[in-house]
Amino acid sequence: MGLGIDVRNRMARRAAKEIKDGMIVNLGIGIPSLVSNHLSRDHNVMFHSENGVLGMGASPEKGKENPMLCNAAGYPVTIVPGASYFDSTTAFSIIRAGLLDITILGGLEVSEKGDLANWIIPGKRVPGIGGAMELARKAKRVIVLLSHLNKNGEPKIVPTCTLPLTAERCVNMIITDMAIIEVTEGGLILTEVMAPFTVEEVIEKTGAKLLISENVETVY
Amino acid sequence: MNKVGTLDEALMHIHNGCVLMCGGFGGIGNPPTLIKGMIKKDIRDLTLIANDTAFPTIGIGKVVSQGRVKKLITSHIGSNPVAGKLMVEGKMDVEFSPQGTLAERIRAGGVGLGGILVDVGIGSMVEEGKEKVYVKGEEYVIETALTADVSIVHAKKADTFGNLIYDTSARNTNPLVAMAGKITIAEVEEIVPVGQLDPNAIVTPGVFVNMVIQSEGVDWKWAWE
Repeated sequence: MGLGIDVRNRMARRAAKEIKDGMIVNLGIGIPSLVSNHLSRDHNVMFHSENGVLGMGASPEKGKENPMLCNAAGYPVTIVPGASYFDSTTAFSIIRAGLLDITILGGLEVSEKGDLANWIIPGKRVPGIGGAMELARKAKRVIVLLSHLNKNGEPKIVPTCTLPLTAERCVNMIITDMAIIEVTEGGLILTEVMAPFTVEEVIEKTGAKLLISENVETVY
Repeated sequence: MNKVGTLDEALMHIHNGCVLMCGGFGGIGNPPTLIKGMIKKDIRDLTLIANDTAFPTIGIGKVVSQGRVKKLITSHIGSNPVAGKLMVEGKMDVEFSPQGTLAERIRAGGVGLGGILVDVGIGSMVEEGKEKVYVKGEEYVIETALTADVSIVHAKKADTFGNLIYDTSARNTNPLVAMAGKITIAEVEEIVPVGQLDPNAIVTPGVFVNMVIQSEGVDWKWAWE
């Protein structure tokens, strides 16, 4: 990806604005995992993890880690009051039953219909599916954070995904290092650009057709 | 009914070429002493069913990265690059299931069901070659149940009947895997006499467990350490 930590944090901060009090939220690995750092300290959000925790809190202080209490990436976490532990089937019951208000995932490609590819580059990278298919298909709202271009400089937002799909028509919002794009029935709408990029630059670097919102705001 | 055994007695159930199911998620909740024993016994050609392949030097990831698995049924191998290499080189056959589907396939195997109906994975590679049915107008893929010759799990506490209590997020797939083995071996941090566990707190009833062994604790450093 090669995005600097400042850019990644800016994307995470923008994504955090979509999380409202009282929501049940699942954050994916990578840039999405930074999102919780950008919520207010007294937020009232329950974070869900596929390995069987609802109500994850901040990272523990160094030396106070419980190696058995981790997030889905295997890193130690703490819990908040009201948290619960359960097995993997219950963790995925919560997802499949549609009880997640938002999931924020990484992505390799997003199509103009909102199809998501994020689990395999055949013959090259095989991270595997993990919980991505359930999350993408069943969360009430799916936000994808990804770099606007791949490492060959090609757009990741494309008319049709070329990589194997995670789920069809599942993405609601795309946040990249260049732009914020809403996925609607009528197509992709560019609503915000990330400074210093312009609307024209975003259009040029996007593979899919973009509709342009009447007031495109700039995110700094 | 005292099911407490030794590591050697437990390993007598695990053979080359067997179907082995292992509880845990990202290494957390993998049974370290049984894994160490299997490696020492030089167990090979396993069909392994596990949520993920942990990390190359952590948990069940060690068994995978040492090339001891011929077929893997899992949901994720991203944290173990050796697993990806073995797969790409054709040295290990990998079947991916979405994580929630995998958990339910294991549960189905453990609870006497033939399979489950799932809509997750429709429109992806996951549905390829699988039978589909319509129920009340909705389309589902039939996902088959999974069982194993031997299931190995990790728990915080057991009594001598094999009732199990888990430790925070180390519960993960362990209660499901515990049900799905023809033989289930539980490695636990503490063994107590029957009657000492609160029946309200027991997660896995001892009827699913064939043998309990004392854990020697993890012999690896965690990725974050």
